[in-house]
Amino acid sequence: MPILAWRIKGAMMDMLYNIVVDPFVQMFSAPDFLLQVLWEGFVSGTLYALLALGFVLIFKASGVFNFAQGIMVVFAALTLVGLHSLGIPAYVALALTIGVMGILALGVERFIMRKLVNQPDIILFMATIGLTYFLIGFGEMVFGGEPQKMIADELGLPTGSIDFDVFGGVVILEYRDIAAAVVAALLVFSLGFFFSKTRIGRALRAVADDHQAALSVGISLNQIWAIVWFASGIVALATGIMWGAKSDVSFALQIIALKALPVLVLGGFTSIPGAIVGGLIIGFGEKLFEIYWGGLMGGGVESWFAYVIALVFLLFRPQGLFGEKIIDRI
Amino acid sequence: MFYRETGQFKTTYEADSSIFPILQDRIGIALILLAAFVAVPLFGNDFFINSMMIPFLIFALAAIGLNILTGYTGQISLGSGAFMGVGAYSCYKMATLFPEVNMIILVLLSGFFSAFVGMIFGLPSLRIKGFYLVVTTLAAQFFLTWAFIRVEWLYNYNDSGAIDTLPRKAFGVFITGAEASPVTRYLVVLTIVVAMTWFASNLVRGRIGRSWMMIRDMDIAAELMGVRPLYAKLSAFAVSSFYCGVAGSMMVFFWLGSAEVESFDENQSFLLLFMVILGGLGSLVGSFMGAAFIIMLPVALRALPELVGITVNPTNMEHYSIMIIGALIIFFLIVEPHGLARLWQIGKEKLRTWPFPYA
Repeated sequence: MPILAWRIKGAMMDMLYNIVVDPFVQMFSAPDFLLQVLWEGFVSGTLYALLALGFVLIFKASGVFNFAQGIMVVFAALTLVGLHSLGIPAYVALALTIGVMGILALGVERFIMRKLVNQPDIILFMATIGLTYFLIGFGEMVFGGEPQKMIADELGLPTGSIDFDVFGGVVILEYRDIAAAVVAALLVFSLGFFFSKTRIGRALRAVADDHQAALSVGISLNQIWAIVWFASGIVALATGIMWGAKSDVSFALQIIALKALPVLVLGGFTSIPGAIVGGLIIGFGEKLFEIYWGGLMGGGVESWFAYVIALVFLLFRPQGLFGEKIIDRI
Repeated sequence: MFYRETGQFKTTYEADSSIFPILQDRIGIALILLAAFVAVPLFGNDFFINSMMIPFLIFALAAIGLNILTGYTGQISLGSGAFMGVGAYSCYKMATLFPEVNMIILVLLSGFFSAFVGMIFGLPSLRIKGFYLVVTTLAAQFFLTWAFIRVEWLYNYNDSGAIDTLPRKAFGVFITGAEASPVTRYLVVLTIVVAMTWFASNLVRGRIGRSWMMIRDMDIAAELMGVRPLYAKLSAFAVSSFYCGVAGSMMVFFWLGSAEVESFDENQSFLLLFMVILGGLGSLVGSFMGAAFIIMLPVALRALPELVGITVNPTNMEHYSIMIIGALIIFFLIVEPHGLARLWQIGKEKLRTWPFPYA
C-alpha cells in the first residue's frame, strides 16, 4: 500500500511539475526561442486584430454581428489574385478589388440590410451566415476551389528577414510580418481618425448610439451602412493580402472568422483599441500555450484555447476589456 | 369552413389541457402518423427512406433540441453539433462495453451523457447573454471536437479514428449494422422521434417550459417573479443536449453507419441553427419544417436540372446549391423572419374563415 500511495504521489508531483514548473524552466533556459515564439504570437495577433477590426466596424454602426467577414477576406483576396491573373497590373488590380468590395457593400446594404431593419439581432446574424454561404458558392464558381498564391511580390511586399543574435541564439523577424504589423497599425490609426475627425465618422458614431435619433437629425442610415460595409471590405482586403502572403488563399481561411469571436469578447464588441489588444492577447496566449503546454495534452490545442481564454475572461468581466458596461433594466 | 372549432365544447379539465384540443387537428395528426408508420414503409423505396426520411427525422429531433434552447429559452448555441457528437461517442462506447444491452436503451441513455456535458458548458450562460454566449458554446464545439480526435479511448484506439456501427438485434431483428433493413431502422427512428416530440410538447407547455419562456422574454423580470435562472437555464441546456445527443447517436447508428469527427463539426451546428430559424423559433412543428427544408433542399436541387432536362457539371452543381441555399436563407429571413411555422399558422387562420373573408 505505501508503495502505491507513494507512486500516486510521485505521479501527481510529476504532473504538477510538468504543468507549473517545467514550461517556465524551458522558457528561461532558451530565451531566444521564447522571443521567437512571442514574435510569432505577435504576428498572428495582429492578423486576428485586423480580422476583428472588420467585425467591430460593422457591429459599431449597425449592431450586426457580421459572420461573413471571414469569407469577405477570402473573397477580396481571391478577387485580387484573379484579376491579376487576367494580366492586370498588381496595383490596378488592387484598385479594382476595392471597387468590387464597394459594389459588394452596396449590394449587401440594398438587398439585405435595408430589408431587415428592426429585426432581432439573431435574424441579422443568420442573414450574414446566409451571405457567407452565398459568397462561398459564388467564389468557388468564379475562382475555383483550389488554393491560390497571393501576389505578394507584385504588390511590393518585402521579402527576406532580419536575424537578431540575442541570448546566444537567433531570432528571425520576417519583413513580411513586420509589414503586416505596420499595415495593421496604419489601418487602426486611419480608422480612428476617420471615426473621430471626419463628418461621416461622426455620423457613424451617432448611428451607433441611437438609430432613431440619428435619423431624426437627417443622417441616412442606408448610406452609413453602405459605408461601414465598404470600410470593413477594405479591412478584409488588407487582412486577405497579409494572411495570404503567409499562407495561400483558400476557402478554409474563412473559418478563421470564428477565431475573431474570442478576440471580440476580450476586447469588447464596440472598441477598436479593444480589437487590437484582444487580438494580441489571443495571439500571444495561443502560441505560448501551444508550444509550452500543448504537448502535455497531445497537441492541436490551438483550435480551442482562444475560446477557453475568452470563456474564463467572460466569467469575470462580461463586457470585455474596453466594452461599455452592461446595465439591465426592467 | 373546414377548420373551425365551433361546436366543440370542452367539458372536462383533461379536454381543456389536451395537446390537440380541436378535432380537425386530431384527425390531421392521426393521418400524418398513419402515413409515417404505414404508408412510407409500404410504398417508399430504399433511397427515399434511407436518404430522405431517416435524416429528416433525426435532424428534426436535433432541431427540436436546439429549439428548446434557442427558441424557448433564448440562449443562442453553436455547440449543438458537438453535443450530437457526445451522444454518438458515448453510445458507441456503451455499445462496445455492454454488447448485450438493447440498442434502443443505449441510444436513449447516451442522451444523458450529452445532457451532463451540455450542463457543464451551460454554466457560463448564467452570467453571459447573447453573442457572448455564442463564444462559450463555440468553446464547447471546438473543445469537444478536439477531444473526439485526441482522446483515443473514445473510439477504442482504432486506426481510422472513426466510430462504426455494431450489428445489434432487438426483438429478434437487426436494427443496426449492415444487415438492418432501411425500413426497420426507419421505424425505430420514427418511434423514438414521435415519442420524444410528444414528450417535448408536454414539457414546453408545462411549468418548466413556461419558466424557460419567461427567461427568454425577460430574464430579470422572470427572476423577480420567482423563476430561478440557475434551474431554468441549466435544465434547458440539459434537455436540449439530451435531444441533440439522442439525435447524434441515432445519426451514427441508424443512418450513417459510421462517422468521423467531421460529422459533428461547426457546420453541423450552423445547419441546425438554420433549421431552427427557418422553421421558426419556439415552435416544434417549425423544427420539423426547418429540418425538412434543409434536408430535402439539396436533394431537390440535385434532381431539378434532370427534370428540366439540363445537364450540369456536378462540381458546378455543388457551388450552385451552396449559393442557392445561402440566397434562400436570406430570402426567407426577409420574407418571414418568424419562419415556416408562422406561414403554417397564417394558413390555418385562412382555412378557419374560408371561403368568407372574415368570420
